[in-house]
Amino acid sequence: MMAVARPSEADVEPSAPIAGATLGAEGITHVFASAAGGPGVKALDNVDLTLARGEFFSVIGPSGCGKSTLLEIASGLMVPTEGQVSFEGNVLRGKVPDGIGIVFQEDASFAWLSVWDNVAFGLRRRSVDPAEIRRRVDYAVAFMGLQDFSQSYPAQLSGGMRQRVCIARTLVLQPRLILLDEPFGALDQQTRLLMGEEVLRLWRETGATVMLITHSLDEAAMLADRVGIMSARPGRFIETLSTGWPRERDSGIVADPRFGELTAAMWSLLRAESMRSMRRGGA
Amino acid sequence: MSRVALLRLAVVVGFVAVVELLCRLGVITPLTMIPPSAMLLSLVHLIADGEVNADLVFTLTNIAAAITLSIVSGFILGVIIHALPRLRRVVDPLLAAYYAVPTFVFYPLLLVVLGVNRLPLIVIGAMFGVVGMTVSTIDGIDRIPRVLMKTASAYDMNPITAALLIKLPAATPHLFTGVKLAVTYSVIGVVAGEFILSIAGMGRSIAFAYNDLDNTKMYGLLLLLLTITTLLNVALQLIEQRLYKRWGRA
Repeated sequence: MMAVARPSEADVEPSAPIAGATLGAEGITHVFASAAGGPGVKALDNVDLTLARGEFFSVIGPSGCGKSTLLEIASGLMVPTEGQVSFEGNVLRGKVPDGIGIVFQEDASFAWLSVWDNVAFGLRRRSVDPAEIRRRVDYAVAFMGLQDFSQSYPAQLSGGMRQRVCIARTLVLQPRLILLDEPFGALDQQTRLLMGEEVLRLWRETGATVMLITHSLDEAAMLADRVGIMSARPGRFIETLSTGWPRERDSGIVADPRFGELTAAMWSLLRAESMRSMRRGGA
Repeated sequence: MSRVALLRLAVVVGFVAVVELLCRLGVITPLTMIPPSAMLLSLVHLIADGEVNADLVFTLTNIAAAITLSIVSGFILGVIIHALPRLRRVVDPLLAAYYAVPTFVFYPLLLVVLGVNRLPLIVIGAMFGVVGMTVSTIDGIDRIPRVLMKTASAYDMNPITAALLIKLPAATPHLFTGVKLAVTYSVIGVVAGEFILSIAGMGRSIAFAYNDLDNTKMYGLLLLLLTITTLLNVALQLIEQRLYKRWGRA
C-alpha cells in the first residue's frame, strides 16, 4: 500500500475559501416550478462554492438534496433561480463553456457509434484536424484501457467500460473542469474502487479541477481533497472537510485509519440530514 | 434456419400447394385464379419480354419518392411536434384518428392542384405513410434517455444539430416501425393511385389486365409486385435485426 500522510485534526475543520478559483458559485438558490402552478420545490438554498485550480472536490448529501442540480448549474446546463456561477472568471448563462466536461451517472455512450467514434465525437464537432483527432482519441482510449475495444459498440461492453467510454469522451476534449455526477452509481463496489483509481490518475495527469457528486462516503473520502457535505432539501453546504491526502494516492488509502475517521466525521454530519430526507420520502 | 422459420415456410409452401391443386383440379376456375405455377411462369415471361419494364420503373420511382417524402417529412414533423408540448396536446388525437380518414378522398383535389402526372401519386403515397412515421418519431424521441439530451446540451448543440446527431440515431431502432409503415403505406398509396389515375405504372397495367380479363398477365404482375414488396420488407427486417444486435436492443 502507498504511504499516506496523515492529516491533522485541523483538516476536518471547515476550510477557508481558496484563491485562484476555477469555479465560483455565489448565493445559488434554485426553485423548480410546480406543474400545478403551486409554490414549486426549492432544491438549493443560497449555496456558495469555490473550487481551486487542480482541486478534487466531492459533494455528498442525502438523496434529493440538490447535488445533481448543483452540478448542472455549475456546468452551465441550468440557470439558477438566484445567484451566479463563474468559470475561470466568466459568468455562466445557461450554456456549457469550452473547458468544462461532464460525466453523468447514467450511461451516456452513443449506442450507434463504436468506442473510437464515441470518443472522437466532440473533436469532430469542433472540426479538429483529423490527424490531431486520431492522436488524441488513441491516447484517451488507451488511457482508459479501452484500446482492445476501440471498434466495439457500447452494447458489447460492461457497464464499467461504457462509463470509461464516457470519461474518455470527456477527457479527449481536455477539460479544465471535470464534473462527475455519480458516475459509478450503477457499478459494483470493486469496480467502483478501480474506477475511482482511474479518475484519480486522470485528475493527476491532466491537472484538471474535478467536482464529484456521490452518494458514497467511501468514494468521497477516498478521492477528494475536500468534501462538501450538503443538508437535506433545500440543499446547502453544512460543512466542508479537507481530507489532507497526498496527490499521489490510490484506493489503498481505505486501509488507513484516517480514512475511517473521515468517513465517521462525514456520517456524523450527514446522519441527521439523511433522516430528515427519509422522513420526507427523499431517500 | 430455425425450427419456427422452417414451420413458417412450410405453412406458406403448403398454402401455395393447396391453391395449385385446387386450380389444377378446377375447383378454382381460371377466371377466378390461375395456378401459382402459371403466375410464376407469367412473371418470368413479363420480365423476359421487357413488357413491364417501363411501368415497373415508373412505379418503383414513385414508391421510392413517396417513401423518402413520408420518412423525411414524418421525421421532421415528429421532431417539431415533440419539441412543442402544446402543439402535441392539440394534434395527438388528430394523429390517432388520421387513418380513419379515407385519404383517397383528396385525390381529385391533388389532381387539380398538381396535374395529371406522377406527383399526385407520390403525394398520395406519402400521405399514407407520413403519419405512421410521425407517430413513430414522437414515440422514438420519447424513449431517448434524458441523459443523451443533456449530453447534447453539454456539447452546445442547437435543436437541428441535436435532432440530426443525437435524436435521429438514438431513436432509429424505434423509428423502424415508422419506416416499415411508411414503406408499406407508400406502396399501397402509389399502386392504388395508379389504378385510378391510369397514366402509367404497375397499378394501371394490373387494372388494364383485369379489365381485359387477362388473368395470366394480371396475376403475373401481382406476383411481381408481391415479390418486390416482400423483398423490400425482408431487407428492412435484416437491417433492423442488424441494428438491434449492434445496439444491444431486444
